[in-house]
This record gives sequence, structure tokens and C-alpha cells, in this order.
Amino acid sequence: MRSLFRRACFAFVALLMGAAIRPALAQDTIKVAYVDPFSGPFASGGDEFLKVFAYILQKVNADGGALGKKFELVPFDDKLQPSEALIALKSVTDQNIPFVMQCTGSNVGSALLDGVSKYNARNPDNRILYLNCGALATELTNELCDFWQFRFTGNVEMRAAARVKALPKDVTKVYLLNQDYLFGQSIQHDTKKWLAKLRPDIQIVGDELMPFGKVQDFSPYIQKIKASGAQSVITGNYNRDLNLLIKAAVDDGLNVRFDTFLAHLIGGPTAIGSAGEGRLFSVTEFDPNVPAELNKPEAEAFSNGWRATHDTDFSEIPFLTMFQMLARAIDKAGSTDALKVALALEGMKGTDLVGAPVEMRKEDHQLLMPYYAVSFTKNVKYDAEKTGLGWKTDFIATTEELTLPTVCKMKRPAS
Amino acid sequence: METVLISVLNGLVYGMLLFMLASGLTLIFSMMGVLNFAHASIYMVGAYLAFTISQVLGFFPALIIAPVLCGLIGAGIEIWGLRRVHHNGHIAELLFTFGLVFIIQRLVQMTWGMLPMAYRVPALLDFPLFHLYGVNFPAYRGFMLLVSGAMLLSTWVLLKKTRVGLIIQAALTHPQMVSSLGHNVPQVFTTVFAGGCLLAGLAGVIGGNYQTTEPGMADSMGPIVFVVVVFGGLGSLAGCFVASIVMGMIQTFAVVVDYSVADLLRPLGLAISGDTLLTEVLTVPVARIGALLPFVMMVTILFFRPRGLMGTRDA
Repeated sequence: MRSLFRRACFAFVALLMGAAIRPALAQDTIKVAYVDPFSGPFASGGDEFLKVFAYILQKVNADGGALGKKFELVPFDDKLQPSEALIALKSVTDQNIPFVMQCTGSNVGSALLDGVSKYNARNPDNRILYLNCGALATELTNELCDFWQFRFTGNVEMRAAARVKALPKDVTKVYLLNQDYLFGQSIQHDTKKWLAKLRPDIQIVGDELMPFGKVQDFSPYIQKIKASGAQSVITGNYNRDLNLLIKAAVDDGLNVRFDTFLAHLIGGPTAIGSAGEGRLFSVTEFDPNVPAELNKPEAEAFSNGWRATHDTDFSEIPFLTMFQMLARAIDKAGSTDALKVALALEGMKGTDLVGAPVEMRKEDHQLLMPYYAVSFTKNVKYDAEKTGLGWKTDFIATTEELTLPTVCKMKRPAS
Repeated sequence: METVLISVLNGLVYGMLLFMLASGLTLIFSMMGVLNFAHASIYMVGAYLAFTISQVLGFFPALIIAPVLCGLIGAGIEIWGLRRVHHNGHIAELLFTFGLVFIIQRLVQMTWGMLPMAYRVPALLDFPLFHLYGVNFPAYRGFMLLVSGAMLLSTWVLLKKTRVGLIIQAALTHPQMVSSLGHNVPQVFTTVFAGGCLLAGLAGVIGGNYQTTEPGMADSMGPIVFVVVVFGGLGSLAGCFVASIVMGMIQTFAVVVDYSVADLLRPLGLAISGDTLLTEVLTVPVARIGALLPFVMMVTILFFRPRGLMGTRDA
């Protein structure tokens, strides 16, 4: 019995060592470190993104990768903690991986931004790039902007502008309900700014911050919204904070629009279900119905390829854009040297999968891209998460419309 | 007036849900002296099991089967886990249940995945029961009140009016004496633990579709249940009931109140202005910190009355 146990232990250790040695053998790839939560309450996001990246890399690598090499993802778990992300960054630099990518959480994002910037200042011969694919706080490409960061997703202000532009003309009373932390406050601030700018006719009848992830019963909020006479609730809530809000609204017979920012996030359609029909709205980077609506068969085929093997939806088009632009930049630079790649990425123009123009703006390293304002309805070609309902595009905020001014004063490296 | 009435109803429903969860916890604590950290995890398991069973057999069979399964899981935990670490003292038991939280969480994620389940209110109960000043009161909330009320009544009858309850209560205070009288005390412990888990499972079945069934549900329910138990008095079922209702009401009413401490001070001639250290604390509306109030109350009661509202011993 004991010897069996010992043998099992040896086998396990051997297995671990094998796993540790393996990446060293695969020398001919371009490694990209991927830092995101893979455990804890936010693991569902990281887990899903990992699958999405695997699907995207299939295409990018089949298209030739960069410099004739394939891209390889090296995941690191940050548990959505800035401190864990910095530990991961240490491993990334120890393993000489030139790119670090992160897609969840502005708190983690700002820590990485700072960490990468400091590391590059200290190690000018061995610099790395931070590819931001989901830290949304507007500040990261404004006040806090950094040469070594490139953000391949729209920031909160771009989303807020798209959100406000998409509001129908007959909406005149809105209620703002957001989570009481950096992201929610950022949404609250930018939404108010754009409401004042674009829709002075709209009256804000309620403006509220609620504790993040702590509210169990939303009926009192529903009651307040009802009393305010609002026609629309504009909210940056997501996951549980959004699902429970909409469930409570339907139960209590509150008939208003929910103009959200993130209702399309993975798991949202399943949790909300038919309760969201006709009243749930979101702003997305892409959804499976966009190619069909715009008649782009190539994009539709790509989206369907994902759909055939997954229960979730492919909506992460900026991830694909990011790898395509990175591949072009590496090819142009002729190496994975961070500075050369950064200079090649700056000002790079291109088109995304559906043919919309995108640009990596030189001034602040923010990707300029379009947003799709969508509604949750039955009349769509492709439903979301097999719920029978899906996202239909009501309004497109174009790249040009979402080219917003920046206050970034970037410190550029001397050489 | 209408706001008050609707808030009372909502607070009552939420309070009763809390009570279903907290009553099992307080039962286990009063019996075995173990603060079962994994209690909210059993609540989550109950919701997931109910979802799976209701896919096959429908909601009402799930209402019976899922809690029973949770009770069996509880019995297993007690017999093969807690009883073994029992002789190492309460700290060992506490740490054991603490570890269980993570194991159950991971097992649930591995079994059902990380995404929310489409666990819905049964169509039979999915209609507005009555209208109150233009606001619907869903039938399912009435059903929740009914189930939790029935549960309260049957637990009370079981503990206070039957022979089993007599032995349980006796084993609570004088385990050695009960053992000498020929009763199997460890078996009584197992029964109580299983019973507590059964109640948590029941709460999961009716709470899982009222809220959402997802891996984070244990984390979000766990702390507030502890607050209820501590506030009501560790080990007191009556205290637990009062505390649940109070917490439900407070959280519901807090959202409706848009006043801050500064508004209270204003009639006294104290106006808060400028940007001092305390401006933020004094001017934040109650609604924004509503979810914090139960914790404030727990700290306060531990300060002035450590045994809780109706507790029999100090926390």
C-alpha cells in the first residue's frame, strides 16, 4: 500500500517536471504571457477568454503567425489581485517572455502598467510590452498613459459615448445605477459627461451607487426607480449585480429600458433569459449577428466556427484585432524587441474582422474602434448562449465618432 | 405610506430567506459548538441539485429531493469528517469546515461549470399574486414566505413538543447525562448536523431561482448569515428569527433612505461644507452603504452585548 502511494507520488512529480520542461523544448514560438483570474469568483471570465484566445490563435497561426513563427500563450493566474499580477510579471520577465497581456480589471491593469514601465526603465536591454485587452478605466490612456502600454479595447469613455448616442429620442428621464468602485464610478462620471454634452434634454432623475456584489435583494431599488418615473436605467452593473436587478424588475412589474454596458458578458444572457426580452440593451464590440447584418460572410464563418464547438458566443473581436496587429508589427520590426514592435504598432491602421477601420493612436496608444449598440430580442439569426434570444444591432457608433480627445502626455523613450 | 408597506413585504421575504439559512447554522452551533463555515456552501449545493433535479422531474419533486440529498451530504460530513477531528477541539473543527468551503466551491465549479445556471421560477408560480400601488407582488415570493413559515413552525414543534426535541435539547446542555441514560449522543449530533444541512438545502432550492444559481452564491450569502447568527445570539433559534427579520428590514429600508448623517445634523445648525477629512463619511447617503449596516450592527452588539440579542452564552 505504502509503496503504491510512493510510486504514485513519483509519477506525479515526474509529471510536473515534464510539464515544466515542455515549454523550454518549444523554442520556435513567440510567447505571449496572459495574466488574468483563473481561480476565485472571477474565474469564469479568465477561463472563457483562454478558450477564445486558443480559437483566435488557431486562425492567426494558420495565417502565418509572425516571422514565420507561431504564437504561444503562457497563462498566469492573478486571482484579480494586483499583488498576484506583479508576482506573475516577475515570472514573465524571468522566463524572457516579451509580451504580457491582461484582460480583466483596471486595478490589476494599473499595477501592471506601472510594473512594466519600471521594469523597462531598469532593464533597457530586455524590455517588454503590456498589451491591455480589458482594463477599461479611461485614465489608463489619459492621465496614467504609458509608452509601454497598448490598449486594444475601447475605454469607458468611448463606451459611454456610444451608450448615450444610442439612446432613443423619446427617452427623457434616466436613472443611473452603478457599482460603488472604480469602474462603476468611472461609468457614472463619463455617462453624465456625455449626457450633458449630447442629450441636454435628458433629465437624470436618479443617480445612485450601490455596494459592489453585496446586494441580495434588489426590490427596494426597483421601488425607487419606479417612484422616480425613469424611462431608462443606465447601468454599468454586470454579472450578479445586473442579473438580480433585471429579475427583480420583471418580478415587480417595472417596465423600463435597461441600458447596460456589459449585459452581453458571458453568462449574462443565460442568467437573465426571457426576462430581458425587449428591455435589455448593451454596447458590444461584436456579436454573432453583426456579420449577418452587415453581410460579411468571412466574419460570419469565423463566428460560426466558434459556435459549432462552444455553448457561449464569440464577441471578443478586439482580441483578434490585437493579435493581427501584433503579428504585423513584429513582422515590420523584424524581431520581438519591445521598442521596435512598439514603434511599429504606433499609428498602425487596419480593418477588423467585419471590415471596420481601426487605428492604434500614437498619442495615447488607445485602439480606435467602433461599438455596436444592441438589444436583446427573439428576432435574430443567432441566439445568445442557446437562450432563444439574441443581440440585434440597433445603432453603430463608428470608429470616427468614437475618436475622442485624450489628455495623455506620453514620456517617450530616448532610443 | 406605500413605500413603507412594500418595503415591509420585501424585507419580510428576504428576512425569511435569511432565517432558513441561519436557523440551520444556529441549530448546529447550539448543538455541537461548531460554527459551520461550509453552511452557505451547502445552500449553493442545494440550489444546483434543485436545478438539475428540476430539469428531469420538475420543481416540486426537487423541493423535496434536493434538501434530503443535502441532509445526507451533511450526515456524511459529520460522520466521516467532523467526528474524526472533534477530539482535537473546536479550532480543528472550525478549520475543517473552512477547508470544506473551498473544496465544495471547486467541486461545484467542476461539476456544473463556472457560469450561472438557467434555474427559473416554475411556470405554475410565475404570476403576480396581487398589485400594491402599481407594484406587483410575485406569487413566488408568497410561496417563499409559505415554505419558510412552514419550516419555522415544524422546527419549533420538533424541538419543543416532541421526544426527539427533548433529547436534542438535553444533549445540548448535558451530553454525558443523556449518554448515560442510554441515548446515542453521536447519532444525535449527526441528526442535528444533517438537519441543519437539510434546511440550508431547502433555502438553496427556493433561493436559487429567486436569485441566481452560480458559483459565487455561497460567497455572497455566507457573511450575512454569520452576521444574523451572531446578532441574534449564537445558539438561539428565537434570536435568529428576530435577527433575520431585522436584517431583512434594515437592508430593504436602507436603500429607500436617501439621507446622510450630515442631513441629520443640519437641523441642529451644523452644516457640513468644504473638503474635510470627515466630509465623505458624513455626507454619504445611507442607501449607498446599506449593505454595510448589518456588519455595523454586529460590531455594535458584540461591543455592548456579546451574547447577542437572545443568546445564552458569549460569542
